Formats: sequence, structure tokens, C-alpha cells
Amino acid sequence: MDAILLQTLNGLDKGSAYAMIALGLTLIFGTLGVVNFAHGALFMIGAFCAVTMQRLFSISFETLDPTQTDFLGNPLKVKTPYVESWFGPEMGASIIDWSVPLAIVFSIPIMLFVGYAMERGLIKHFYKRPHADQILVTFGLAIVMQELIKHYYGANPIPTSAPDAFKGSFDFGTMLGFDPNVIIYPYWRLVYFAFSAIVIGAVFAFLRFTTFGMVVRAGMADRETVGLLGINIDKRFTIMFGIAAAVAGLAGVMYAPINSPNYHMGMDFLVLSFVVVVVGGMGSLPGAVLAGFMLGILESFASMNWIKDIIPGIDQIIIYLVAILILLTRPRGLMGRKGVMED
Amino acid sequence: MGILEVKGVGKRFGGLQALGDVNLSVQENTVHAIIGPNGAGKSTLLNCFVGKLIPDTGSVMFDGQSLLGRTPYEITQMGVSRVFQTPEIFGDLNVMENMMIPCFAKRDGSFRMHAFESVAEETDLVEKAEQMLIDVNMIDKRHMHASSMSRGDKRRLEMAMCLVQDPKLLLLDEPTAGMARADTNNTIDLLKEIKEKRDITMAIIEHDMHVVFSLADRITVLAQGTPLVEDSPDKIKDHPKVREAYLGETQQ
Amino acid sequence: MLGLDKKDMKFLLIVTFLTLATPILLQPFPEGSGLAQFNAGYPDLMQRFAIFGIFAIGFNILFGLTGYLSFGHAAFLGVGSYSAVWMFKLLSMNVLPGLVLAVIMSGLFALVIGYVSLRRSGIYFSILTLAFAQMSYNLAYSVLTPITNGETGLQVTLNDPRILGQQVSASGNVPGTHFFGIEMGAAQKIAIGSWEFTFSAGYYFCAIIAIIAFYLSLRIFRSPFGLMLRAIKSNQQRLNYTGLNARPYTLAAFVISGMYAGLAGGLLASMDPLAGAERMQWTASGEVVLMTILGGVGTMMGPVLGAGVIKYMENIFSKINDQVLHQWFGWLPDSLESIVIWAAEHFVGSGWHMTSGVLFMIVVIFLPGGLVEGGQRIKSYFKNRRGGDSDDPEHHPKQAPHVAE
Repeated sequence: MDAILLQTLNGLDKGSAYAMIALGLTLIFGTLGVVNFAHGALFMIGAFCAVTMQRLFSISFETLDPTQTDFLGNPLKVKTPYVESWFGPEMGASIIDWSVPLAIVFSIPIMLFVGYAMERGLIKHFYKRPHADQILVTFGLAIVMQELIKHYYGANPIPTSAPDAFKGSFDFGTMLGFDPNVIIYPYWRLVYFAFSAIVIGAVFAFLRFTTFGMVVRAGMADRETVGLLGINIDKRFTIMFGIAAAVAGLAGVMYAPINSPNYHMGMDFLVLSFVVVVVGGMGSLPGAVLAGFMLGILESFASMNWIKDIIPGIDQIIIYLVAILILLTRPRGLMGRKGVMED
Repeated sequence: MGILEVKGVGKRFGGLQALGDVNLSVQENTVHAIIGPNGAGKSTLLNCFVGKLIPDTGSVMFDGQSLLGRTPYEITQMGVSRVFQTPEIFGDLNVMENMMIPCFAKRDGSFRMHAFESVAEETDLVEKAEQMLIDVNMIDKRHMHASSMSRGDKRRLEMAMCLVQDPKLLLLDEPTAGMARADTNNTIDLLKEIKEKRDITMAIIEHDMHVVFSLADRITVLAQGTPLVEDSPDKIKDHPKVREAYLGETQQ
Repeated sequence: MLGLDKKDMKFLLIVTFLTLATPILLQPFPEGSGLAQFNAGYPDLMQRFAIFGIFAIGFNILFGLTGYLSFGHAAFLGVGSYSAVWMFKLLSMNVLPGLVLAVIMSGLFALVIGYVSLRRSGIYFSILTLAFAQMSYNLAYSVLTPITNGETGLQVTLNDPRILGQQVSASGNVPGTHFFGIEMGAAQKIAIGSWEFTFSAGYYFCAIIAIIAFYLSLRIFRSPFGLMLRAIKSNQQRLNYTGLNARPYTLAAFVISGMYAGLAGGLLASMDPLAGAERMQWTASGEVVLMTILGGVGTMMGPVLGAGVIKYMENIFSKINDQVLHQWFGWLPDSLESIVIWAAEHFVGSGWHMTSGVLFMIVVIFLPGGLVEGGQRIKSYFKNRRGGDSDDPEHHPKQAPHVAE
């Protein structure tokens, strides 16, 4: 029982990331009909927004501190971050400490802009082209983005820490009456899950309760008719692309403390997120979210030792296996609509 | 006993009864037209013949064998060819290549690996395909890219592709839909010619009364998923029930 | 002759001649000159041209003819490499059994993956193949370590049994790969003036296999089977209603292209007897897609051309460093020079992947037909200029493009 709970919890953070990326992929596919292989790169760029933020805040100047001396008696050089000298040492320190959550604020406009530029500059020209072409061009774009990051940030993962307040772990076990230290869950992962729930909830609420969202949903269902009503659907779809990019970016920003960002993390997540989308059903938003969490948790279960003892390597392939099974038995995925991408 | 025997066919989509108890018998070497207003179930019925849909009830027998549960390619191999509403041809290939494919399918069955023979050296089949192109007056277009042809020519090519397989039954799904008058007349002439020259049975679904009455030997009128009446064209023209259900509005 | 018509025979002869003369043709600059770095006539690189040419030719049989975009073909390359190395370990360093096993194993592997993946088409097919390849890659790294030797990669060692060949060479090392005594590593250098040409046994071995592979694919393109595959790409609905079952055709194409990939993998191992899981990664699958579309999807020559260009550029671009850039742009005013060098730095050295990404986009956006179509466009442009406006498309309906150009 406790093991099941633990693995479910462990699966939540990856599942949250899958769900958010898959949600964006589905939004783009449902609105623009484009298969975006560069979506993982957007997730990666989000994570590097957090890295950049932490670095920017930590930019320091050096002063000689006469009160401290090294063993030769010379005064020591001390680095002071600019933010500490501007806002006072305490305030400054906590700004640096909180740089990952703060990066959210900065990453939203950045990601919206990246998404907007991508759609207007490139994707727009590929609406009428075959899916194979869309896959290829976005694949190329993904490589370019990935290599740019590699060029400026290097090939090694960059550790990015969460605020100190969330550094510890939460002992779920004692709360539920199990032995202490059985179910330990890092606070930040809990934060990540809550964050993803908020973001996903916000997207759904936006689509559900605003007129803008209503038009978009109608457009996803029947683009032509909505176009005939004289509503400029394309412009809204462009904005949806930006929103999808922002969702992927936010997923990346908050993911940075969980796994140190590296330049190829986007591709790793992209392949899995596509599998998630397919399992959920191409074009179904709830399907994408559901499948994201489901596969994340499943992956976590498959990595339990006793399961790995029975079927070695299952943790490496479980997601693909499930995807293959689902595609063969339920071609439309868990919640796919009829007529989407069927040929 | 007709070549195509449809007995008690019914098909339901959710709450909609698309077909209810359709009985139909297409006699050999005749042109049998199925007419009816929009939503009468004509296309559903046709799809039941070719393996695209499986009816909930009833049976479809062709030449003594049931067609139900068979895939489209199996049914085609049995001798049923289909002409689509919008011409379905291999747009990326040229006319001659388009013709060669049904020739191979007729000779080799649904799958045969001829990976190292040359298409050009299959002289028998090339001759057969060329003869067919001569018959439909398209031999001068043999090297043309199929997608760059006019709609009338595409229709002609599609017809030739079906006929080169010597089908026992040719199904035509609104062959003149969306065509200009001149193209329609050309198609009628082509079909008449085919009817005269070959021993072939045709089942034709059509909206255009002009086409129906100039071709059909026998007509079934379908309304709301059930056959209203079946008779010769002359009788159908004067049939009161048909006038009421279908031709009614044109008589006003 | 050889079952080909005159035009194709001529085409095959030209390709054969170019392939055999490659060690001379790719060495146009004299040794020691500033341009010598652009020479490509050394064995290692030329072998890659031939091997990846085979890979791309095979991929084109699937993608070019049927239109099914596989994103997992690198898996077959990897299987081929592993199979070949195992043969070197167990049997002998003769490459023949290794290549035979590579082709058989990858063919079987492709049969299984293809059987499942081909139940879907379009993007679903792409994702299924991608999933299978990633699965193989992950497994090769983890559980299958006894077979694949995990991260280190599979190598030949002195302790391998090699029951049919020698275990240790005369000099006490692992013996080199050979083809009935012809050492793959053997090379003959011939200097003519200041030019130096290297004729390597390994390259000629790969080249002859590549020519055979090319010939076979030419036959497939001209065969009824090839015609059916093109028909699948064009209109599956009509194909069905013509009485043909598309699935066995696509499966056959998938298996054939998988075997080509396995052959290429086996050859890679034959030239350098080791195999690693990274050969199966999806970036490697992406590379063969890039080669094919860069050259021209569905054309005979395109994939070979694409493979050559990519491998050549990879080689050249990764060699260029800061120093070389400074040499090249030294004549520019300093400020301009630093800007140009700053920009160029992204694309050279380890930035080669960036170049390939940009190339990918450029080809898809501006030249969907690839280099072959680009060449044809230029040709017809000059033809039009010479022939005045007699080539008015209105009066000369479009002819079907010949697939062999």
C-alpha cells in the first residue's frame, strides 16, 4: 500500500510535465493542424529561462573586505551580487533564492513571443503542406534551438536549485499513519504538481469560460463553419500557439530544480510527449492530460525493483509498450475524436 | 436469379435507420439505376456492396457468393469494380502507369512480389492497357501526368482502369456529379458505348434524371432507406408514388 | 542488359564509374595547398559515403516510394552493426558472415516492427516506428548489456573464440577485418605530382556493394512492385478498389529498406569492428531522413547525393576551427571580421549539428524536391532561355517526371 502510494507520487512530477507538454501539442494540433516536433525544445527553453534568471541574479561585483584576511594578511576579495547591494543583503539573498519561481514572470512573455514568432515566421507557411513536411521542418527547428542552447550554455547539465524553503522533503507516511520515512516526497515535486494543476486548470478555464476560448473550441471542432461566420479564426489560433508555447515553457521553468537542465532534455521529453498525445487521442485535450499523468505514474511503477526483477528493463520501455498496445487496439487513443488524423 | 442479390439489408447509425429491409436484384447485362432523394440511403447501400460498411441485417450475394465481411480488395478481385463520385485515380503517376496497375491486379491477384521484373517488359499487359486506352480515346494522353488532366479525362481514365479488369459488375457512384453539361453528355456516351460493346452489368447511383433515363434498363427508387418501387424507366416516369416522393417537386 | 533499358543502363554505368573513380575525383586539390582541407579522398570518409549511401537508398525505397515516413530506421542500422560484430567475435574476422547475419537479423527485426507499425499510417506510423526505435535504444543501453555491452559498445577482443578464423594476429593484436584475405584496412597510396590518391580495399569493398545495392533498387523502381509502392503513396483508396492489398506491399518495402539499413550497419562494423547503442538513437534516424530529402525523395540518385553531401559537410564543418576562420576572414576589417567569425562559429566545429538543422529547414521550406529537383529546375531554366517561349506549359501539358533522375 505504501509502495503504491509512493510510486504514484513519484510518477506525478514526470506525469505533470508530460501532461503540460502534451496539452500544448494537442492545442497546436487541434487548432492549427500542425504536428510540432519543436515543442520539446520549447520546454527546454523554459528550463533555460530559469537557469538564465538564476545566473542574472547572481551576477556579482568584487570588493576587498578589510575585515577578512587570508593567511598572508591581505584583505580577501568578496563577491557581492548586485541584487544584494541594491535591495539589501537579506532581500537580495532571498531574490536569488527564489529565482526559479521568479523566472515564471519573465518566461511568460518570452515564451509567448517565441511561440508567436515561430508561428508567424515558420509554421504559418506549413498549414497546407503534408504532415511529413511539418514534422521535418519543426524537427530541423528543434535541432537549431537545441544547438543554440548548447552553444551558449554548454553540453553539461546545469544544476538549478529550488528555493531553500522547499528544499526538504515531506513525510507523507506519518501523516497517513504509516511508519516514518517510508513515503518521503520532496516539497518541490509537490509544488510542481500543484503548479501544473493550476496551469492546466487555467488553460481549460480559459477555453471554457471566455468567448475567445469558445471560438477556439468551436474552431477546433469545425474550422470551416466558424470561418464562415466571419470570425477571424487564424489570429486566435496564432495566439493559441503562443499559449501552448508558454505552457511548455512554464513546465520547463519549474522542472529545472527537479532535473538539472541540459540541451537535449527537450528531445527526450518530446518523444515521450508525442507518445502521450497519441495514447490520449490526437486532438483531445482531456485525453492528453489524462494520458500524461497515467503514463508518468506507470513509468514510476515500472521502475520498482521487484517489477524490474520480473521483467528486466521494463522501466525503459513501458511507455512505448503501452503506446503500441493502445494504438493497435484503440487507434483513436483513449479519448480521441472520430475523424482526426485518420487516413 | 440476378448477378447481385440484396436481401433484407438494414443498417443503423446510432439513432438513424439509414437502410431498412432493402431487397434488390440486379440482372446480368443490364444497367440498373438506384435513384432517390438526398439521404435516401443510396451511398450507404453502395458501401454495403463494396465492403466499406457491413449491414446489420440481411445478405448481399454476388455471383452466388456472399460479399459481407470481405474487404474492398477481395470484392474487387471477385469482379466488382467501382467508379467514385470524384474520380479516384493515381494522380502522381502517368496515364499508362495508372492503366498498368489494374492489369497487374487482374493477372497477379491482391499481392505478388514482382520486385525484379521490368514493367516495360510485360508486353502482354502493356498491349492490353494500350488497347483499352484506344477504346476510350485516350491513347494520345498516355504519358500525361494523371493529376494534370481535366475532370472529364480523369473520369474516362478511371472508367478505363475499371474496365480493363473485365469486371462482372461495375458500380457507379454519381458518375456525373458536379460535371458540366458537355462532360455529362460525354460520360453518357461513353457509358452507352461500353454497354453496347461489352457484356457488362452496371449498377448506377445517380441524381441526374437525364443520365438515369438515357441509360437505365431498370430503376429502383429508394426513399428513407427502403425501396419504394422497382420497374422499367417508362413505368417509373409515370408511377404516381414516385412522382409524389421524388419527382413531385419538378412537376410543379 | 541486366534487365535494364538503355537509359537506365547508361545511368548505372555513369554511377558505377563515378563510384569507382571517387578516390581520384574527390581529391582535386594538391597536397599541402590551402584548399587541401576540402579534399575528401581518404578511405574513412569515402567508406562513409558508400555506407550511408546504401542506408539512404534503402530508406528511399520505403519513404520515397510509399510515402511512409519512418523515424526509427537507425534501429536497423544498429542491429546490423551488433550482428556483424558478434560474427567477428564468434566466427571469424571475414566480413561475409557478418554482413549476411546483419542483413538477416535486421530483416527479421524489420518484419516484426513493420508488421505492427504498418497497421497505422501517417503520423501514427512515424510515432510507432520512433517508439520502437527508442525502445530498442533504451534496451540496448540497459537490459541487453550482455549482448550490446551497454555504454562501452561491443568490441572485438583477444579472448573471443573466433572458431573459424585466427584468434590473435601474428603481431599479437586483434586481427583486422578482411574479405577472404583482402584486408579491409589495406590501402595503396599513389602520388602523381603533388597529388596523392589513396586506393583502399575497404572503400572498394563498400563501393562495390553500394553499386549492387543501387542496381537492385533501380530494378525495384522499374518493377511492378515499385509501381505498386508508388501507387500506395498516390492513392490507397483506389489501390484497394483495384483489388490490391496495400499492407503486404508496404511491409515488403519496409523489410527491404530495413535490410538495406542492416547491410549499412554491418558495413560500418566491417570497416571499424565496434558497435554502440548511439547508432540506434533517433537523431541517427533523423539523419537518414535528412539525407533522403536533401537529395530528393523518391528519386534514384537523390539519396546517394544527399548522403554524400551530408557526410562531406559533416566532415568539413567539424574540422573548421577558430584559426581557420581567422585565416579565411582575415582580409575583412577587424570589426566586421569579428562579427562574421562570431556568426560562423555557431555552425562549425561542434556546431555542425546546427548547420544540419538549418539545412533541414532550408531544404523543406525552399526545395521540397531536394537537390535533384533543384538541378532539374536549373536545367529547364536554361533550356527555356535557349528555346524561347516554345516550352509554354499551357500548350505542353505536364509530363510525368521520370523517377530515375
